[in-house]
Amino acid sequence: MLTAKGYPNRLGVGGWLGGGRWGMERYLYTLHRLTGLGLIFYFLLHILVTSARAFGEAAWVASMGRVTGPLFTVGEYLVFLAFAFHAANGLRLAFIELGWGVGKPFEPVYPYKTSVDFQRPLAIVALLLAALLAAAGTLDFFVLHKGVTP
Amino acid sequence: MDFANVKEVTYRVRRFDPDKDRAPHWEEYRIPYAPGMTVLDGLWLVKELHAPTLAWRSSCRMGVCGSCGMLINGSPRLGCNTQICELETTTVAVGPLPNFNIIKDLVPDLMPMLETHRQLLPFIVRDDHEEMEKPSGEFWQSPEELEHYLQFSYCIKCGCCMAACPTCATDPVYSGPMPLAQAHRYNSDSRDNGFTHRRQVLEGERGPWRCHFAGECSRVCPKGVDPAKAIQLMKRELVADYFKLREQRCPARLAETPKGVARREGIPEAPAPTVR
Repeated sequence: MLTAKGYPNRLGVGGWLGGGRWGMERYLYTLHRLTGLGLIFYFLLHILVTSARAFGEAAWVASMGRVTGPLFTVGEYLVFLAFAFHAANGLRLAFIELGWGVGKPFEPVYPYKTSVDFQRPLAIVALLLAALLAAAGTLDFFVLHKGVTP
Repeated sequence: MDFANVKEVTYRVRRFDPDKDRAPHWEEYRIPYAPGMTVLDGLWLVKELHAPTLAWRSSCRMGVCGSCGMLINGSPRLGCNTQICELETTTVAVGPLPNFNIIKDLVPDLMPMLETHRQLLPFIVRDDHEEMEKPSGEFWQSPEELEHYLQFSYCIKCGCCMAACPTCATDPVYSGPMPLAQAHRYNSDSRDNGFTHRRQVLEGERGPWRCHFAGECSRVCPKGVDPAKAIQLMKRELVADYFKLREQRCPARLAETPKGVARREGIPEAPAPTVR
């Protein structure tokens, strides 16, 4: 591959937010990445905590004792919200990546209508689905199982 | 904002001289404004009145050549295609396209993008080498087959899509919207048979799977090429190919000269070829 010359001008993580026209899908893209990273972090933590069972019952009880309390309840709630968004938006992305909902190629005539406009209903459905999941999760966390600890 | 009474505008230009500067910096210039001025017109005035060493690329001044892609008030756009009044502010911030190294001032180094484009074989690939080297006629193609790739063939390689792409911002390995859209342009051409050759480059980290549909490339494209659509359609093709479901097509055959037909009255003969 040809190496680039000159002063480096790659935007880096800041480019997830800036450098465009700030469409709704860019927010979804950034949020999808951030929630994905959050879920990976949670899974690593989850494996670390539950692996204590391999060292006997006492280690397991001690390990579980370290992850109880209101801070962890809120943390788990945030993980659930991240899951709700990531799952719903992931379904939208899976649809789009199979070429569904982006429209067929056609001769562009100004003002241009792009695949982003075509898939907008999918994005709205994904957000509604995420909101529905989040509402169900909120009900479960703070009403139905309030104060219940594992 | 009403531009009727505006007489002057301020240009904030990101300057970088590799022989003098250690890092880019912003400089401000005030220039007279006239209705209908484009950002590119303003740059010429800045060069004429204040900064004779200011460097940028431009050529056609009508949104065709794709040379003057630059970051204008935070958005990658063509300087010649953007009127100052449509920015709705009297301060015009102009920088080089991000995600490309800066050669000087507003001149980005587009070579990595163009090299990736070259590797994806942006031309008709066929097995009939003799016909390709010494063409004896045209390949047959229906208007419906033309529509499969026509939209993507309007690309002017300005690099605005690459500058807007959030994946390109953090991933130097990813091919980016322009080369991928152009690969799909040829993959979906009924005259082409180069899918398997291009697939070798498209597999892995460089390929379309790093695109997660932020859609910025399609939003900023000055020609309505819609690279995001091309990339998603390419993914569908790759999935279908993986499951052996991709339609195996023979590249378009040579269009034969009609035989046994008479010319209709009133249609003149074609002029003699000027090149033999």
